[in-house]
Amino acid sequence: MADEIGSRDAILSRIRSQAATKPQAERMADVEARISSHKRGILPAGPRSLIKRVERFTQKAEAAQSTVAQVSPPKLAKAVSEWLREHNLPAEIRIGQDPRLSPLKKSGAKLMTVNSGKADPADITGVSFAECGIAESGTIAMLSGKANPTTLNFVPENHITIVNESDILSHYEELWPRLRRRFGRGKMPRTVNFITGPSRSADIEQTLILGAHGPVRHHIIIVKGA
Amino acid sequence: MEITSPSFKKNVHKALRDEQLQQAMRHVRSNFIQKRAAAADALPEFEALRDNARDIKNHVLENLDLYLERFESKVTENGGHVHWAATASDARGMVLDICRRVNAKSVTKGKSMISEEMELNGFLEKYGITPVETDLGEYIIQLRGEHPSHIIAPSVHVTMNQVRDDFRKAHTHLPKDRPMDEPESLLKEARAILRQKFMEADVGITGANFLIAETGTSIIVTNEGNGDLTQSLPRVHIVLASLEKVVPTLEDMSQIMRVLARSATGQEMSVYTTLSTGPRRASDPDGPDEYHVILLDNGRSNMLGTEFQDMLRCIRCGACLNHCPVYHAIGGHAYGWVYPGPMGSVLSPALAGIEKTANLPNASTFCGRCEEVCPMRIPLPKMLRHWREKEFEKHLTPPAQRRNLKLWAWFAKRPGLYRTGSRVAMRMLSLMGGSKKRLRKLPFAGAWTEDRDLPAPEGGSFVSQWNAGRRT
Amino acid sequence: METGYDTSPRRVGLFVTCLVDLFRPTVGFAAARLLEEAGCEVYVPVSQTCCGQPAYNSGDRADTAEIAKQVIEAFEEFDYIVAPSGSCAGMLKKHYPELFEGDPKWSARVEAFSAKVHELVSFLTDIRGVERVNAKLDAVVTYHDSCSGLRELGVKDQPRKLLASVEGVTIKEMKDPNVCCGFGGTFAVKYTEVSNAIVSAKTSDIKSSGAELLLAGDMGCLMNMAGKLRREKSSVEVRHIAEVLAGMTSAPPIGGKGDR
Repeated sequence: MADEIGSRDAILSRIRSQAATKPQAERMADVEARISSHKRGILPAGPRSLIKRVERFTQKAEAAQSTVAQVSPPKLAKAVSEWLREHNLPAEIRIGQDPRLSPLKKSGAKLMTVNSGKADPADITGVSFAECGIAESGTIAMLSGKANPTTLNFVPENHITIVNESDILSHYEELWPRLRRRFGRGKMPRTVNFITGPSRSADIEQTLILGAHGPVRHHIIIVKGA
Repeated sequence: MEITSPSFKKNVHKALRDEQLQQAMRHVRSNFIQKRAAAADALPEFEALRDNARDIKNHVLENLDLYLERFESKVTENGGHVHWAATASDARGMVLDICRRVNAKSVTKGKSMISEEMELNGFLEKYGITPVETDLGEYIIQLRGEHPSHIIAPSVHVTMNQVRDDFRKAHTHLPKDRPMDEPESLLKEARAILRQKFMEADVGITGANFLIAETGTSIIVTNEGNGDLTQSLPRVHIVLASLEKVVPTLEDMSQIMRVLARSATGQEMSVYTTLSTGPRRASDPDGPDEYHVILLDNGRSNMLGTEFQDMLRCIRCGACLNHCPVYHAIGGHAYGWVYPGPMGSVLSPALAGIEKTANLPNASTFCGRCEEVCPMRIPLPKMLRHWREKEFEKHLTPPAQRRNLKLWAWFAKRPGLYRTGSRVAMRMLSLMGGSKKRLRKLPFAGAWTEDRDLPAPEGGSFVSQWNAGRRT
Repeated sequence: METGYDTSPRRVGLFVTCLVDLFRPTVGFAAARLLEEAGCEVYVPVSQTCCGQPAYNSGDRADTAEIAKQVIEAFEEFDYIVAPSGSCAGMLKKHYPELFEGDPKWSARVEAFSAKVHELVSFLTDIRGVERVNAKLDAVVTYHDSCSGLRELGVKDQPRKLLASVEGVTIKEMKDPNVCCGFGGTFAVKYTEVSNAIVSAKTSDIKSSGAELLLAGDMGCLMNMAGKLRREKSSVEVRHIAEVLAGMTSAPPIGGKGDR
């Protein structure tokens, strides 16, 4: 076994002697300033109004082969169970403890079986509530935790993600301040998943096929007015 | 892996006659190029983002020590562990130590080129631990006992029929008459087999596209979701990352992300971009109990402050391979080491030594298409030339070639003698009339006329005729 | 009227390139005629040999720098230095300054020199404001973008624009005209098998274009493609674009006539 502390110091001092072009104190100040400023770079032009943003989000998500529906809050459970039926899937879902998913447990209970907790290999459909959507690329962002276990995003063959309309942001850069506010500066949940469409592979003769190791279908439900 | 770059010409000879390979490479030529162009054209800010991405990495490289220290302290703060590996063999040892401590039998792996550099699979097997590659392309080549021939599409050299035969051979428990004539059915079969492996694995190993100093986060980008199953199901998650992957902030990462997928596959965003910070939290129902990041140097720190520093901006998108006429012709294996194509021809000499890899920087036409598409604006041709300079300085250039070059330069520096000498040479060439039989004896011309004619000179030199008063 | 073009009479040093000098003087005469028609006085310094690229690309910086100094000394007196080659012009314009980076004696001098260097066709259109040429050729042509001209100097639309003004010329684009022909200087003889694979793909695209005449702006690429087309017994003929633009197409094509 290599001497880890020895190699650490050797690597760092080699970097220092070879790469540094400015005095150490100045570099330390630069780095500190850079990290604390959270400077945004170039944000691609995009629509500003919420309506247009949702439109762009939908268009981009569909281009990435997600399907997108919009429902009003009272219809959430029905929208999930109808989607299952349309795709000939068993009326059974797995969800986490996110309070925003409680309509699925309550009004959804007579429409389908609702299991709670992390994914089980036998699960066919997982439902989770997204932190936000990103209009720029039709991406949804999921945060790990008991509210929405990260394995629900990957293990079941079908993944339904629900996102509040008002949580559809323009750019990835708008998520970072939200996380800093919620978790503290420099802190993150164990996993943040950006998801753009169902899983896919083009590893066999460059032919794109949906449904590699992750979900085969990815359905997004936007909750209107929420 | 054993380095075969010294026998590059032999490798090429074989590759050019490999029908299956040539058939497979045709897909690369058309697919990747169109998709990247469409994605770049669709984003008006693309060129400005490339500049920005370059500047971010340049700033990082000038302060790499500080960003790595910050990254380390953040990982530790979040309950993870950072291990510093000076060499590939140190890094292998660290992986083995972790696996042994948790009594691991089976290890799933997401795609990692560094693990190729470490020759990790063979090493783990030697110690009774079974590594399972889970990226479809990586799984295919693991079955075939091969190495990746492309940094993002490892099995790009394999045809569908070959995959079918490999699966038949490996998955003997499945019915012999199952349908296997479509890529869909092959993918489904791999999915089912690997599902089991994901569930059984004790340790999951992934690479990293980025490390974030601000938060101690590692990031993987995939389309298949294999990396996520690899890192979220087993008890232990090990991240293999080379030093230069670190960026300052989440904002900086977001900038570079915008050029990564577009340059690689022409997607605006890959399907899964996953940010991992530390092990699972006390209240988390899933995720690994342990989180380790192995930071691999393996020669990279020696590139800092040299003419090769810019190479450390590379984000491994593969665009330079996808646009390289040499890569298109010969595929990735002929290059003879881990990293093929233009980026490999710059990086491999730095990591494996120019003595063994001298062919690589020379086997380029300097057409410049790699630099044209590199999202990080790495001046690849310039750095290939720097390697040729190193080689020339160290007298590694083949002696005959060096002699010819020196003789030619001697004349080129003496215009009077050059005029006389070239007049004689051209008259001879003219008399030979491009005849292959006669030209073969001349240096250079022999190689030239193997495959094409040598156009005969018109006769007379322009400069002499002009100065003698001729005008048409 | 202010056009932004330099239309004054100018003294132009013609850096004819070693391949044109030795293999194809016609291109030199064609270039000189085009420059004169654009109002330039053409000079051909007899001390020119080569731009030094073979040495530069073989890693021999010392010899390259000596050759470069010689070129600079021979040509720096002119208002412009023009070469009928994107590759050699690129060497003089883009790479000479790299050779003398940090050299207090030469760096300013080389900068001043390099600023005056241009590739022939783009010089005509972009500096002299030439819109059309006075030439005629009944031919279906296809144009190959040589790599250095295209990527180092941005030569792409200029040759096509002037070609379109040649009476009787029809342009048929080949697939991927911007892809390398596999020449690469000494690459073609050092890695002849790879080079052959690349040029074979190129000639296949040329032949499928339906053109009868292949044009490009660089003798190296032209000799490579002509040599391959001849070996393949193709009927496609090959010329430097300057020959067509100057109306000097009476000489046999590069590599001789195609087997028609």
